[in-house]
Amino acid sequence: MSYDRDFAGFDLAVQPSVGVSGFPLLTSPMSPLRKLLPRVLRYRREFLWGLLYLTCASGLALAGPWVLRYAIDDLTANVTRAKLGLYAGALLGLAMLAGLFRFLMRRIIVGASRAIEYDLRNLFYARLQRLPLSYFQKQRTGDLMSRATNDLNAVRMMVGPAIMYMASTGITFVVAVSLMVSIEPTLTLFALLPLPLVTVVVKRAGAAIYRHTARIQEQLSTLSAVVQESLAGVRVVRAYGREAIETERFRDENAEYLRRNTSLIRLQAIFYPSMGFILGLAGLLVLWVGARHVIEGRITVGQFVAFNAYLVMLTWPMIAFGFVTNLLQRGSAAWRRMDEVISIEPAETGSTRGKAPARPLVGHLELRDLTFAYNGQPVLDGVSVVVEPGQTLALVGPTGSGKSTLLGLLPRLFDPPAGTVFIDGHDVRDLPLATLRSTIAMAPQDPFLFSDTVVANVRFGLGDGATEADAAAGEAMATSRLDKDLEDLPDGDQTRVGERGVTLSGGQKQRASLARAIAADPRILLLDDALSAVDAYTEAEILGRLGTVMHGRTTVIVSHRISTVQRADLILVLDEGRVVERGTHDELLARGGLYAGLYQKQLLEQALEEVS
Amino acid sequence: MARTRIAMSDDDVLGKAYDGRLMRRLVGFMRPHRVAIAWAFASIVGLSVLQLAPPYLTKLAIDEHIVTGQLEGLGVLASIFLTVLVLSYAFEFAQTYLMQVTGQRIIFDLRMRIQEHLQRLDVAFYDRNPVGRLMTRVTTDVDALNDLFASGVITVFRDVFTLVGIAVVLFVMDWRLAIVALSVLPLIAAVTQWFRTNARQSYREVRGWIARINAFLQENITGMATVQLFRREERHFAKFDEVNEGHRDANIASIFYYAVFYPAIEILGALAIAAILWFGGGWTLQGTLELGSLVAFVLYSQRFFRPIQDLSEKFNVLQSAMASSERIFALLDTSVDIVSPQAFAAPTPSSATTKRGPGHIRFEHVWFAYRDENWVLEDVSFEVAPGQRVGVVGATGAGKTTVINLLMRFYDIQRGRITIDRVDIRELPLDTLRARFGLVLQDVYLFSGTVADNIRLGRESISDAEVRRAAEAVHADRFIRALPDGYEMAVAERGATFSVGQRQLLSFARALAHDPAVLVLDEATSSIDTDTERLIQEALHVLMADRTTIAVAHRLSTVQDMDEILVFHKGRLREQGTHQELLSQRGLYHTLYELQYRDQESQIAPEALPATT
Repeated sequence: MSYDRDFAGFDLAVQPSVGVSGFPLLTSPMSPLRKLLPRVLRYRREFLWGLLYLTCASGLALAGPWVLRYAIDDLTANVTRAKLGLYAGALLGLAMLAGLFRFLMRRIIVGASRAIEYDLRNLFYARLQRLPLSYFQKQRTGDLMSRATNDLNAVRMMVGPAIMYMASTGITFVVAVSLMVSIEPTLTLFALLPLPLVTVVVKRAGAAIYRHTARIQEQLSTLSAVVQESLAGVRVVRAYGREAIETERFRDENAEYLRRNTSLIRLQAIFYPSMGFILGLAGLLVLWVGARHVIEGRITVGQFVAFNAYLVMLTWPMIAFGFVTNLLQRGSAAWRRMDEVISIEPAETGSTRGKAPARPLVGHLELRDLTFAYNGQPVLDGVSVVVEPGQTLALVGPTGSGKSTLLGLLPRLFDPPAGTVFIDGHDVRDLPLATLRSTIAMAPQDPFLFSDTVVANVRFGLGDGATEADAAAGEAMATSRLDKDLEDLPDGDQTRVGERGVTLSGGQKQRASLARAIAADPRILLLDDALSAVDAYTEAEILGRLGTVMHGRTTVIVSHRISTVQRADLILVLDEGRVVERGTHDELLARGGLYAGLYQKQLLEQALEEVS
Repeated sequence: MARTRIAMSDDDVLGKAYDGRLMRRLVGFMRPHRVAIAWAFASIVGLSVLQLAPPYLTKLAIDEHIVTGQLEGLGVLASIFLTVLVLSYAFEFAQTYLMQVTGQRIIFDLRMRIQEHLQRLDVAFYDRNPVGRLMTRVTTDVDALNDLFASGVITVFRDVFTLVGIAVVLFVMDWRLAIVALSVLPLIAAVTQWFRTNARQSYREVRGWIARINAFLQENITGMATVQLFRREERHFAKFDEVNEGHRDANIASIFYYAVFYPAIEILGALAIAAILWFGGGWTLQGTLELGSLVAFVLYSQRFFRPIQDLSEKFNVLQSAMASSERIFALLDTSVDIVSPQAFAAPTPSSATTKRGPGHIRFEHVWFAYRDENWVLEDVSFEVAPGQRVGVVGATGAGKTTVINLLMRFYDIQRGRITIDRVDIRELPLDTLRARFGLVLQDVYLFSGTVADNIRLGRESISDAEVRRAAEAVHADRFIRALPDGYEMAVAERGATFSVGQRQLLSFARALAHDPAVLVLDEATSSIDTDTERLIQEALHVLMADRTTIAVAHRLSTVQDMDEILVFHKGRLREQGTHQELLSQRGLYHTLYELQYRDQESQIAPEALPATT
């Protein structure tokens, strides 16, 4: 349940902490685990050494009762004090050696499990980075975070401590039973008589506990998501007095979490003590049968004591058995959830194998009969256009006409159908993503800034080289007129912007985002209504400066302001995904269609304003 | 560089493992469940006593039956043994079930308490605290506390009982040998102390790294598209790798203490058994100690060191729980400055919907700074009559949005007074105050749930028909009905699948459905296309008809037909009046106006756009 406590209480502790117990089943579906195996086997050397140390430690620990047996037998016959001292010394010596090996074992195995955890977390994050925007639009952030932390911890418990306990259990069991057999086979048979019960118990409980655990994990991530949502939208929650509703929503999920936990606890409470009970039965049989054996002279008192000591030593493996299977269940359920993310093959990756074009892209853009649907909804329908390098294309149209989606298809935020979107004659799907995206920069409607300094956000698309990048960032901030604001910020361009840049105004965020796009030195610049929150005067300034910067490069602008688009080389008017008009500002005005209407309206408004 | 930049704050502060003050508060959470806890406690006492029996029964078997060769009475011994087993099972079931379920119930209560508090905390608090970190409080930290209740506090008693019980039995059997067996205790205390000190230190570091991993993931998952578009994947991976590595190394460093501690305790246990054998064996030879007692001593000492090791593990649990509870209580103790006045302290859900009020607003010499004396608003005074429509304009950073934040009491002002319907807003219950406003933000926030839920936003009194009517009025009905499930369509995370325009239409419908006395628009129409905006303007007229409106806008066209326009500049209210009045003043507003419309008159400098036609 908590992340980072290494699992303690292994060596002498007979009972695992009550919070983590249960007896799931080894035979539950585990096929995704096969994918985990190579990542564990990378550390086979560590595991092999660990198992070697573990074997030594267990062997030495098992020698203890053997010494005890001779000591007791010698005590029933007479014995010198010197010999007694030898026995005491041997006991201590064995324990010290065993301790040394346990030290080495723990260091190497738990260390390896941490290394695996690290590998897996990196893998998980690397895979996340390859997933397309559409995935993140559907997935809850809190849920993904939970997989990278809570679930990963359960996986680590499976590959580290669980393996350690499992091996220790196996070795102790085999060695202790052989030693018991060597003392007296029939007595051993009696002692092991109740053990098949364990298998029955584990089988019965295992599957149920697995199911319950998975359901609890799921609910925990739902719970996280509810919190995340209510906190991220705190202003709206407050403004609409939604606090009580958010709390109720949370209460429902929280109650469900409690319910699921309670049913797991009931199962565990039934099965957990049954292990101790079964072993107790074995102890009873040994006492009953063993006492007769001693009296009949078939074994000595010393052997009887040693036998009892071994039986006590079996207690831990028996309990650990249930406990380890619980770790395995949790771990495999958690790994399944991680694997769901890791194993997604994004459509885009197919083309990352695509060859980079021989010459750097210049920014010739072509759409051929582009039709695109998102979530089953048609968004674009038969859009065709050619934009020469250095030209500006403007997209105009009502809300939901597909303008933003069209822009998103160019850098493949969404994947266009094959043979529809071309840059310099290459289908964008055949270009490596890195090449494609270094050619295109985008300033979106709703910019995302990272909690870093302003200048670091602007330098986002640049290399780490200091002076050149500084110059580019400085120019970009000047072009986007962010420089005007810097003096008002407490630390100038070194001012940190808060989580999601809350301390900047909407217009400042947009201009920082624009500066970021310009600084990346793209051949194609996409402005998706990127200046909507910027005042008109500043926008004019920015567009003026942008004209110089983008000279000879391609620009695609989405805007609602005619003033912003009227100087474009080509204007497309979109409505419900179709191009309903195309041409220059003057041509479209001459046509007298939708665009002209739009213009007339804006003109009329102006005229009215002037009159009044 | 990146490493130092990653925020560290209260997550790396780790207090004592046992803190009386914290413990008392935790006990407070246990109080409602005291009956269940008492039963669990009774089961533990019973279990501890029962667990003392098996070695003693073995001793009796050896001394009275095996050594003497008498089989009579062994049957009685065996039935006692069996009874002990059955009772142990029953007690253990009761204890496990009661304790763990109670733990979960306490956790439930605690989570609710945190959630309720989070819903009350000032908006300013969220400016300072990233959501990711707060989520850690509600999930991970609370789970650490669960361990405390489920396996910590109560089972510590179990261990203590076992220890005391064994010590008592040993002294009763043979006090000399008991002293021998227990002589290793000071050594154990020393080892445990060493372990505790170091384990706590390393635990603190690990916690810090986990907080950083969470913060990183939260930000990078949310901003993944940006990372990808700018091909920052490798560099962000490197940053992540750095944090991940720090976490791994801190953990690996901590293994050392565990790896030393457990074997050390085991060796000390062996030392005790060796001593028992040496001294006890000698006494057996002298005939002053029965052989069975010696065996029982060995068996008991095996059981004796187990709880000690357990105890130190519990200590571990206790420590992480204390650290977590410290953070949780710090959160719960974060004072809420913006609260309803005392007289209305109890929330009255009904008042939220009933008192609409005419919507008269007055700012009287208002001074406000988010921090210290960096005034964002300076000596601002104005008045809005009921039903009046007021536009707030000004250049970026003039303090326009702040006016809204203050009006809705997201922040409290330092000087002056804000009144609504002639009552100081600080004298109104918060829910009543906020229910008078309908807020439409530029960045529309949608919740998971259906489209209808998002319009209703939890106010169940809004009927389906009203939801529909509101949507129709703002022309959102058309696109909503085009959705596969219409009004029942589920909204994906934050409405990411809707366009900005659609989200804005939804937020309009939301505001309209709530029928507020005062409509507050924050740059709400700035990114809607002209065509939609015309529809919206129509809807706004309907919407504004019967209520006060305050609209913050960048574009003067949105506010020019307002009854009054307030022009802010650098935190001061510089001009106010109607569009015409302001224009005729030839002041700031006039300048803004000129600037805005010059470009629409196609008078942008020729290089404004690359012109190649």
